[in-house]
Amino acid sequence: MLLVLEQTLNGIQFGVTLFLMAAGLTLVFGIMNLVNLAHGSLYMLGAYLATTFFQRTGSFLAAVALALAATLVIGIVVELIALQTLYERDHLDQVLATFGLILFFNELVAIVWGRAAIYTKLPPWLSGHIELLPGVRYPLYRALVILVGLAVAALLWLLVSRTRLGMLIRAGASNRTMVSALGVNIRLLYTLVFGLGAALAGLAGLMAGPIYAVQIGMGEEILIQVFVVIVIGGIGSIRGALVGALVVGMVDTLGRAFLRPLLATVLSPSAADSAGPALASMLIYILMAAVLFFRPQGLFPASAR
Amino acid sequence: MTRRTVFLASGLVLLALVPPIAAALGQPFYVDVFRRIMIFAIAAVSLDLILGYGGMVSFGHAAYLGIGAYAVGIPAYYGLHNGYVQWTIAVLASAAIALVIGAISLRTSGVYFIMITLAFTQMLYYLGVSVEEYGGDDGMRLAARSTFAGLVDLRGGTTFYYVVLVLLVLSLGVGHRLINSRFGMVIRGGRSNEARMRAIGFATFRYKLVAFMIAGAMCGLAGALLVNHTEYVTPEFMHWTRSGDIMFMVILGGMGTLGGPVLGAVVLRLLEDLLLPSWTEHWQAILGPFLVLVVLFAKRGLVGLLPERRDG
Amino acid sequence: MTKTKMMRIALPAVLAAFVAAAPSVAQDKVKIGFITTLSGPQGVIGEHMKNSVELALDHLGRKVGGLPVEVIYGDDQQKPDVGKQVADEMLKRHNVHFVSGIIWSNVMLAVAPTVTGAGTMMIGTNAGPHDLAGKLCNERFFTTSWQNDQTPEAMGKYMQDQGITDVFVMAPNYPAGKDMVQGFKRYFKGKIVGEVYTKFPQQLDFQAELSQLRATNPKAVFVFYPGGFGIQYLKQYAEAGLRAKIPLYSVYTVDEISLPAVKEAALGQFETRYWSPDLKNAANEKYVGDFKKKFGKMPVFYGAQSYDGIMLIDSAVKAVKGDLKNQKGMIAAMRKADYPSTRGKYTYNVNHFPIQNFYLLKAVQGAGGEFEMQIQKTVFENHKDSYSKDCGMKW
Repeated sequence: MLLVLEQTLNGIQFGVTLFLMAAGLTLVFGIMNLVNLAHGSLYMLGAYLATTFFQRTGSFLAAVALALAATLVIGIVVELIALQTLYERDHLDQVLATFGLILFFNELVAIVWGRAAIYTKLPPWLSGHIELLPGVRYPLYRALVILVGLAVAALLWLLVSRTRLGMLIRAGASNRTMVSALGVNIRLLYTLVFGLGAALAGLAGLMAGPIYAVQIGMGEEILIQVFVVIVIGGIGSIRGALVGALVVGMVDTLGRAFLRPLLATVLSPSAADSAGPALASMLIYILMAAVLFFRPQGLFPASAR
Repeated sequence: MTRRTVFLASGLVLLALVPPIAAALGQPFYVDVFRRIMIFAIAAVSLDLILGYGGMVSFGHAAYLGIGAYAVGIPAYYGLHNGYVQWTIAVLASAAIALVIGAISLRTSGVYFIMITLAFTQMLYYLGVSVEEYGGDDGMRLAARSTFAGLVDLRGGTTFYYVVLVLLVLSLGVGHRLINSRFGMVIRGGRSNEARMRAIGFATFRYKLVAFMIAGAMCGLAGALLVNHTEYVTPEFMHWTRSGDIMFMVILGGMGTLGGPVLGAVVLRLLEDLLLPSWTEHWQAILGPFLVLVVLFAKRGLVGLLPERRDG
Repeated sequence: MTKTKMMRIALPAVLAAFVAAAPSVAQDKVKIGFITTLSGPQGVIGEHMKNSVELALDHLGRKVGGLPVEVIYGDDQQKPDVGKQVADEMLKRHNVHFVSGIIWSNVMLAVAPTVTGAGTMMIGTNAGPHDLAGKLCNERFFTTSWQNDQTPEAMGKYMQDQGITDVFVMAPNYPAGKDMVQGFKRYFKGKIVGEVYTKFPQQLDFQAELSQLRATNPKAVFVFYPGGFGIQYLKQYAEAGLRAKIPLYSVYTVDEISLPAVKEAALGQFETRYWSPDLKNAANEKYVGDFKKKFGKMPVFYGAQSYDGIMLIDSAVKAVKGDLKNQKGMIAAMRKADYPSTRGKYTYNVNHFPIQNFYLLKAVQGAGGEFEMQIQKTVFENHKDSYSKDCGMKW
């Protein structure tokens, strides 16, 4: 029973990691209607930059601040140079152009940092464990990831629904022409939102750095899963992204943990051995197809548009 | 004839001349190169039918490449090398799976359609990775190329080359007939204004589904050719970056045209496989921005650079 | 643009491309096509291999078997079909005498039969899939590395000899993962309390499996997590607080490429391998010393094998006195493995896979504070692979 509890926590934690990635993506998606495959590249850059800053400054918190600022700036630069003109294009062009950006950023990192994975570690004050229940120890850092993810969700909700910027964002998403006719600089607004999305990707990347491998291509490994999250949740919806992330994190984790033993009760052990992991790999895609079959716009279709 | 048609025809003539030129230069390698290019061209032409003409942005077209390849590889694994059987399975299986995927995916639109087609291909990819009997992630070697008793012998590199060329021309022919038929009008109409097509009484869903199936079947054939060319089948044929690759060929050449995907396949394959890697190992840093530039500035692809009006 | 104008531009361009590619006919030069993964995330391995080839050429005075040499590098992009095309290019366009390299089993299975079928010799320098050691063995195919199963067999043997039991086994769910566990079990007969295959290729987080592992309370853990997986696995194993509790044994999980990325998270890790930078012999000391001097980092086994590959070719070309047409003679010479290998002296099995020693290595912190793998003991002496019996070759 304790194992089920622990696995549930693992599922939540993985879901929150996915949410950190998904939040920026769905924001950009929902507001500018831009499919940004290069979101994974910003995640990778966040991890590389945070690692480098941590090595240089010796302070984890300073590294976090610097990496966030840097990904924000990179996001804005990329938006200004390459993506601005893509908003009006169809999704196909966006997919291709941002696919091109992935190739570019991967090689850029190879040129700057080399192709080998780089060394990352947790600061000592974050590497301990907390005891949730007697006998259930949980890594402190993972608990922190959960907290940060939930805090980001709350802040985004506040930003979008309670601030002037959020009001403009919502207005811009539903009727761009009207908002600019009212004298709002919609261009600047988009650039800012993209920068914010980039910083969120960077945050996800820097949080992932100490527990995953910081290497080229790390963005694509997670990107496809993140797309599954926002599609399940309903594109453009922060709430959908959170729910989608938790559902995917949970289904994936519990599938990995319990599918094989479950199958073993009906199949022979060797059949369960091969079917279990195979099915676990496909589980989130099956989930997504099923969700879209019943709700073609995802669980929480964005009300705008 | 429009200039584009002339251009396409002269391109095909050039392709037909590759083996004699390569032989004259003592460079048989180029027969292999262009054979592979033409196989991808068939895949790109098939994608263009739904993407360019039908506006269905499938981000999972590589699935059929894989299905076609396994449809040849699995019978061969059990010692069945008869090409008539293998290729028929390839086409039928691809069509059947496209029918299922299409029936579910076409309920959605826009980004959801892109993502759900991707999701199905990912499922097939993972299936390929996990089925140990057929090599899993390692894939498996094709013991012998498909045999066509009394017709052709694919073991001959040049013979195989012309088989692929003929199939490419046939695909273009089928594509041409389709898009200019009443069926094609509905598909194209559905792209520009689906609601109106429905209003005038066309069940667009069914038309789109059939187009989706035909494209899948055609790409399945390309998969059957690819496995014969490579003599190896691997789930990697279904990796999502392959879908992106085929998609890019269509865009690069010019979508919604017949010759565009062929030209796109030629240019992209040469760049990716031969020119750029021989120049620098950081070639992806060049290819990436090139992609972005094409999308931003060559909206109608390379074919769009040719004028469309009729010759005098 | 008119059609004729178009043709005027297009035709010469196409012809020029062909002509530029025409071969230069010079028979007094050894041409070696070296295929590896140079681009993308796994390009780091290819870089080590390429650097080692260059170092070998330096050591040979830029001559192979006394003849001038040209090495043409090809990038397989980690894809079997691209690898095959690159091999065709080596064979038909560059007319190479030898093809060498290849990291991945699937690329190898697509490339090796193509090369040997065309009558050219292939010297594999990493992947050793069991088919090539068994029923697909070929007189023109040699490898300077190992058969995939040999390394986990060594670990199985070591853990069996130590009387270790209650072992939890983990590997990614793909053929190499299954093969590793199978090889391990061939020699390990103790109790296995859990056997888990994780998602491949895309699993980042092992927390769920590590929870499961902890719940079964094993006395030891055996894993296979190559490349980036290994980095993630080790970090998370340490983070979960298991490092101090349950000893971790692995194959192909920690090497000189991943060690700088995990450092202390790997401390105490046990691996088995046929080679290590601290292996004491003249050839290895020269290789390791000069590699560090030239490239500023530790070499890794992928590199050592590639270095050996060039040395093996050199010994064969020398033996036939530069007569590259004498393939029989070169095969006979290679079978003797008469060259200074970085692993020390070894011999070839009938299937042209090495019969060699395997050692137990441990990740430790050296005197200078650097993290490195050190040999602890010899597990196998002159270990043969398990598939040679399926190979029909006789010599």
